Amino acid sequence: MAKKMAIIATKGTLDMAYPPFILGSTAAALGYDVQIFFTFYGLQLLKKDLSDVKISPLANPAMPMPIPMPVMVQMLPGMESMATMMMKQKLAKHGVASLEELRDLCLEADVKFVACQMTVDLFEMDKSDFIDNVEYGGAATFMNFAGDTDICLFV
Amino acid sequence: MNFDQELNARGLSCPLPIVKTKKALSGMTSGQVLKVVSTDTGSVKDMAAFAEQTGNPLLSQEEVGGEFVFYIKKS
Repeated sequence: MAKKMAIIATKGTLDMAYPPFILGSTAAALGYDVQIFFTFYGLQLLKKDLSDVKISPLANPAMPMPIPMPVMVQMLPGMESMATMMMKQKLAKHGVASLEELRDLCLEADVKFVACQMTVDLFEMDKSDFIDNVEYGGAATFMNFAGDTDICLFV
Repeated sequence: MNFDQELNARGLSCPLPIVKTKKALSGMTSGQVLKVVSTDTGSVKDMAAFAEQTGNPLLSQEEVGGEFVFYIKKS
């Protein structure tokens, strides 16, 4: 029987969006049966339009910056968009796939995406904003799969 | 070494060389050999780990002019 991996994706920033999709697509390539449960801000990663998935240097002191930038400057309007643009350029330059590409690779490899119904209701999200191939469920749905996985991660 | 199909993974970073290798192997028949050329340093260990976990033997791997060349046999 195939090995199994479950991931809980809770973050909606550009940097934290990568681990679930990288690990999911890789595990699937290795023959794992993979399920990713998206909850809270992680739900942003299921939107058709991923342009709201950004990165900010603010409160992110480990983020490498080309020049040291005081917090007062990081707060200025437009800094988040600039940091996001720079990060995306860096990722592309190093041949790292875009989030859309990695997400498509996951779907192609039959990685199952489960969206947290409670979060959808809590933030009054519109399901039509999400990609197809998403199932909706709660914690018990996740446990049903996670209960007998070989790898289980919280991102 | 003889091979049946070649995958150009130059310029791609983790996990693309592995995921694309898997996709290429899926379209091949048992016993055929896939040649993969990558420039990702991490792919050296990853390709060996992929071969071990999927049971597709890694026949050889070498570094040629800064590129990594792998020959994987479809099990």
